[in-house]
Amino acid sequence: MIAIVKYNAGNVFSVTCALQRLGVEPVVTDDPEVLRAADKVIFPGVGEASAAMGHLRASGLDKVIAGLKQPVLGICIGMQLMCRHSEEGNVDGLGIFDTVVKRFDNSRCPECKVPHMGWNTVEVGHPGIAGESLDGRYAYYVHSYYAEPCVHTEAITRYIVPFSAVLHRDNFYATQFHPEKSGSVGETILKNFLAL
Amino acid sequence: MLAKRIIPCLDVKDGATVKGVNFVNFRNAGDPVELGQRYSAEGADELVYLDITASLEGRDTFIDLVRRVAQGVSIPFTVGGGISSVEHVDTLLNAGADKISINSSALRRPELISEIASRFGRQVCVVAIDARCIEGEWICHVKGGHEPTQRRLVEWAVEAQDRGAGEILFTSMDHDGVKQGFACDALNQLHEALSIPVIASGGCGAMEHFKDAFEIGHADAALAASVFHFNEIPIDELKRYLHKCNIPVRM
Repeated sequence: MIAIVKYNAGNVFSVTCALQRLGVEPVVTDDPEVLRAADKVIFPGVGEASAAMGHLRASGLDKVIAGLKQPVLGICIGMQLMCRHSEEGNVDGLGIFDTVVKRFDNSRCPECKVPHMGWNTVEVGHPGIAGESLDGRYAYYVHSYYAEPCVHTEAITRYIVPFSAVLHRDNFYATQFHPEKSGSVGETILKNFLAL
Repeated sequence: MLAKRIIPCLDVKDGATVKGVNFVNFRNAGDPVELGQRYSAEGADELVYLDITASLEGRDTFIDLVRRVAQGVSIPFTVGGGISSVEHVDTLLNAGADKISINSSALRRPELISEIASRFGRQVCVVAIDARCIEGEWICHVKGGHEPTQRRLVEWAVEAQDRGAGEILFTSMDHDGVKQGFACDALNQLHEALSIPVIASGGCGAMEHFKDAFEIGHADAALAASVFHFNEIPIDELKRYLHKCNIPVRM
């Protein structure tokens, strides 16, 4: 059973549709027991970090997610909440990935618009969940904050600065881009995750 | 490198795709979901679905269509047409739309932009502007481009940005359907005045027109309808052409 974490910052329907296109019927839930029993857990997100984190703390989902043993995939804000700290609302995250989330500073590139929105190339360092085939391919991004590259970074994308596109630590995986909106490239990533 | 986006636009009336020439005389161009899937497979970067149905029953049909698009298409899509409240936006986003586009309703009540941006994030809020050049001035129009307003294009685009718009979708009513190229001068004015992405719309009839919109108009994305619907410009061929011209596109 594939579970999608239900909370106040989910783009749950898009992720559900993407999994259904791959023949998987996910369960959308905020029940800790169902999440712990799932074969895999997807932690999506669209929204503002401190509000989302506040919601996770209030419901106790922060500890549930950090304590999961099966493969977990964070997406966008989901990924940022899995980092140590975010400048967005100045909030501490789950601390799974040893990095911090910062706002894009386009004073270094006045031409660069924030949010970073659209398709950008992914540079794969360690194939991992991304696979070598993703190297140089385009994925879809919508975000104003980014995770600095760190020891858990498996792929980067460059926009104003190089930032973490894919993070991985033990059973935790995460993408800054939206695999559910990234066409065939995104489908490959989701398939790789489902095959873990 | 961030790619320039190619966006097919599907005008939807009573569940079918239509495209007007200068906004009148509709020609039928097929099923919206099937077309979206075809464009996605050919390399479209995003899709825009505009609901041009006037009736209330038609609105429910459209929400049903949005849900079917979300299920069938794996790239982002924007929906627009007759959106005038935060509740309506909520319904469309819940049906699976990634962004919404507002036009006349924002000109009537500019606060709508900030209401949408503060509730859902500025990235979901596309402000569409239909403008026509009258005696050297780009004047915003409402009601499908039929009615001029007092607002000027650049001044209104800047206000929309300041109120929380995530993108500006600019359609030149003078160029729309005429196939002689995008309004590159006006696009460049928007580029210089704004810090959010600009989508060029109205006027393309040849692949060079897209190149001009990106190189001369500095647009971040270009939108078109009939040249795609009637396969006059296949998207994969357009992308290969732009790539050869050293314009960054997703291949």
